[in-house]
Amino acid sequence: MAAAESYPDDLKYHSEHDWARVEGDEAMLGITWFAADALGELVHFEPPDVGSNVTKDQSYGEVESVKAVSDVIAPLSGEVLAVNEQVVGAPETVNDDPYGNGWLIRIRLSDPGELDALLDAGAYQQVLADQ
Amino acid sequence: MPETLLHTPLHDRHVELGARMVPFAGWEMPVQYAGVIPEHRAVRTDAGVFDVSHMGELEVEGPRAPELLQGALSNDLDRISIGEAQYTLLTNEDGGIVDDLIAYRAGECSYLLVVNAANREIDYAWLKEREINGSDVRDVSDDCGLLAVQGPRAIERLGLPPAPAFTYAETVLDGVEVMVNRTGYTGEDGCELLCMIEDAVRLWDAVLERGAVPCGLGARDTLRLEVCYPLHGNDIGPETDAISAGLGWACALDKDFEGVEVLRGVKAEGPDRRLVAFVMQDKAIPRPGMPIEGGGEVTSGSHSPMLEVGIGMGYVPVAQASPGTELTIDVRGRPRRARVVKKPIYKPGTKRED
Repeated sequence: MAAAESYPDDLKYHSEHDWARVEGDEAMLGITWFAADALGELVHFEPPDVGSNVTKDQSYGEVESVKAVSDVIAPLSGEVLAVNEQVVGAPETVNDDPYGNGWLIRIRLSDPGELDALLDAGAYQQVLADQ
Repeated sequence: MPETLLHTPLHDRHVELGARMVPFAGWEMPVQYAGVIPEHRAVRTDAGVFDVSHMGELEVEGPRAPELLQGALSNDLDRISIGEAQYTLLTNEDGGIVDDLIAYRAGECSYLLVVNAANREIDYAWLKEREINGSDVRDVSDDCGLLAVQGPRAIERLGLPPAPAFTYAETVLDGVEVMVNRTGYTGEDGCELLCMIEDAVRLWDAVLERGAVPCGLGARDTLRLEVCYPLHGNDIGPETDAISAGLGWACALDKDFEGVEVLRGVKAEGPDRRLVAFVMQDKAIPRPGMPIEGGGEVTSGSHSPMLEVGIGMGYVPVAQASPGTELTIDVRGRPRRARVVKKPIYKPGTKRED
């Protein structure tokens, strides 16, 4: 079952519809409910390699629904520590639980200062409202 | 200048049902309601209904209508009787495919052609230009509503008697006069219901009441791809010939029609390339336009909701066209393996939950 629309307050957001959950010098990354809903049921996640580096504002992977392909934009820079294999095997997990089991990758931050540029839940919802 | 999109008579019904509407061939059409995957599965296991009122309907009548159509269409219309239908191609002088369509024989010298929405005006102009004294071509699309009701339980849900594929009958369904065409674009049993445009809403409501699931163009595309029905504009077009596309069965090469000499030549020499079906071996979803190593190109590609794997069709050199051949597809810079398979990719009935 697709999740209901939500934007948790404990996450940081990027205007390209990505979120980050920062814990110390690590962060878990994923796509927002809005992005998952716009694509429809996900059927493929093309993840980056563990050990590679992702760069803020650049694509680190792709998500696909039956009809569409979308780049996934990194909200923060860092080294990939883990890829969510549950999503690789069952991409619809992202639609079911975008902020929980539907996380995409975990990274070690290379520049924690980048956090200042991210949006809080209220500011991100303003971005959605302005579209 | 922004184009004004056309609306079918069911437009408001689609919006009320929460459909996601998209532009398609000049029309605003539902791409999905609940989701492509559940709609696709509804058609494979039970019954779904598609609004295909955007498609074109041309009437061709008159004592010389058979002569006009036999010269323009690839299949042999003499093979069908009144009450029967035939898949056929409108071909150009190079043997290319102007459109693919279904011809219904309404009378001795009277035919109804159901054509692709994007080609309605092209086909009409094409036939009008070739009209001969004693044949009359009319575009009646604006008078017609068309619903495709498809799935193993479609006929049962509509309360219709069994009938062979590619036949039609006129009847009254829940108070609406309809032409029931035993045709479709999903590989499943079912029919296409043609009605007067003013009855379309009443017919749609009746079909939903009978339990058919509303389905959009997204599921229509994945359903036809699983059974390898070509999509005009993607897999076939004015630059592709029927023999290379595997549609030689719809070409009566023993009669004279536009481009037949070219097609006879391709058939005699064997085509340089063929339209093949393939299933991904690596995890990836092929998309139209992706290069295939060796000179080929993907023309249709998606995720198969039944097989849960990437599938597609594309043209490859004949040396790569045999089932079992491994292909390498360039998926946005990443080489991904696929295997050529015999058509259809999915056989209806193999995974039903009856």
